[in-house]
Amino acid sequence: MSQSKILLSRRNLLSAGAAGVSSLVLAGCDTFDFLGEGESKTRSVLEKANDLTYRAQRLLIRNGALATEYSESEIRQGQRPNGSTDPQTAEYLALKGNSFADYRLSITGLIERPRSYSLAELRNMPSRTQITRHDCVEGWSCIAKWTGTQLSRILDEAGVKPNARFVVFHCYDIYDESDPAAYYESCDLIDARHPQTILAYGLNGQSLPVANGAPIRVRIERALGYKQPKYVHTIELADSFSRFGLGKGGYWEDRGYDWYAGI
Amino acid sequence: MSIARENAQSVDAPALGPLIYRQSVVTRITHWMWAVCLFFLLLSGLQIFNAHPALYIGNESGFGYDNAVLSMRAVDTPQGPQGRTNILGHDFNTTGVFGLSGRADNLKVRGFPSALTIPSYRDLGTGRVVHFFFAWLLVITLFVWLLASFFNGHLRRDLAPTGKDLQNFPRDVADHARFRFHHGRSYNVLQKLAYCGVFFILFPLIIATGLTMSPGFDAGFPWLVELFGGRQSARTLHFLAMFLLVSFFVIHILMVLAAGPLNELRSMITGWYRASPGTPEIEGDRQ
Repeated sequence: MSQSKILLSRRNLLSAGAAGVSSLVLAGCDTFDFLGEGESKTRSVLEKANDLTYRAQRLLIRNGALATEYSESEIRQGQRPNGSTDPQTAEYLALKGNSFADYRLSITGLIERPRSYSLAELRNMPSRTQITRHDCVEGWSCIAKWTGTQLSRILDEAGVKPNARFVVFHCYDIYDESDPAAYYESCDLIDARHPQTILAYGLNGQSLPVANGAPIRVRIERALGYKQPKYVHTIELADSFSRFGLGKGGYWEDRGYDWYAGI
Repeated sequence: MSIARENAQSVDAPALGPLIYRQSVVTRITHWMWAVCLFFLLLSGLQIFNAHPALYIGNESGFGYDNAVLSMRAVDTPQGPQGRTNILGHDFNTTGVFGLSGRADNLKVRGFPSALTIPSYRDLGTGRVVHFFFAWLLVITLFVWLLASFFNGHLRRDLAPTGKDLQNFPRDVADHARFRFHHGRSYNVLQKLAYCGVFFILFPLIIATGLTMSPGFDAGFPWLVELFGGRQSARTLHFLAMFLLVSFFVIHILMVLAAGPLNELRSMITGWYRASPGTPEIEGDRQ
């Protein structure tokens, strides 16, 4: 057998391989474009993996496990603004024109004591400052110092009813004028009560800039950037998020992104 | 081995080695599961990469400073738009492939071209759905394979290189360089090292660096971020591991073609493999 002729020379082999690869590339992958359609059955099967990730991470990772906090010297650049950076809704422009003096953060839904807070009231509550890494779903990261009021304090003051399962954040910004839906997000009570989950009003030692979500932006440090809504005006406790937006629990979730956002 | 040669041999019966049962059903099923998983993981991964087609060293992506090791972008030049790829400070014109690609009348600013992404158009959300599904499938398959291969002896018998293998190393390299293959009962040493490299280095590396990109996972296992030198370094290593797996795939296919694609494919579908003449027969072999 070792004497038999090698019919496939190295050169032939390499060119055959290259031709094979390039024809695969030319064939393209629009074959799988149907997976981008929300009503695709196959897609809904694939999406089950996201539930598995959520359950697995909740099981493996302590509810109180903290995201890594960095030192001052690791803040090497400003926090990169992304998504909405300058909301144009009339309500928001009026508040901004008055330096948010008339801003009120409302707590509603499944709570014992509905109420609202002015920015000054939030600032006068005990604060938490943390230098954390912001991970955008696009893939980039940025380290910044965030200061704000722990959401758990607000929830305790409001008295969460036992049937509440989610916290829904309603925002002033409309990300896309051609698809006028207000930004909103939601999280479970584990993330809501996490010590690093804050209603941030400060960034890198300054007041939170408009581009980064003034006057209040939620920080949920164990999740991706889209889970950290900016320009928040109402916090609502709910037993389900099916009646908000398109029912998937957030603006980007309604547009095909996973709800958990911890990966 | 070529198709022509295989046919020639089936006429010339005494020149045939024994037909040996080489691949267990677990090995065969997991092999094809991985093939499917890696196909979808690669193309959905390139979709995810395209959402921010740059790689960095450290924890952060430098916007106010430069810590990028690779980036793909489009720039306007007097000759029109150009796709540029920068690797470790060296800039290349990659118009049509990286940075800027598509039909001449409809060029799109994108990292990898649409033929290499799922979906073909820009859709990060769907890319992530596909990627995480097949990531789970890959990990579960690896776990099943590892358990089965430990108990059925595949690891010890077929994959772990022996002392004799290592002695044969130079000769095996020379044989491969001459495309001269011996079809024995066991893998040759280069095969063993390549497969062990995939199972015990590249797969764990790509899974661990993938998990390191998860902010949730990082809170539970912060040492992973330390281990890889930061979240963005982990993302870069994830990409590098992908590149090495693609390189493995290309060599793997070339070797299958060179060593006799029908025999190799048969062994990975039915388990039965035609060994070289002169291979000592044992009980259970067929003619």
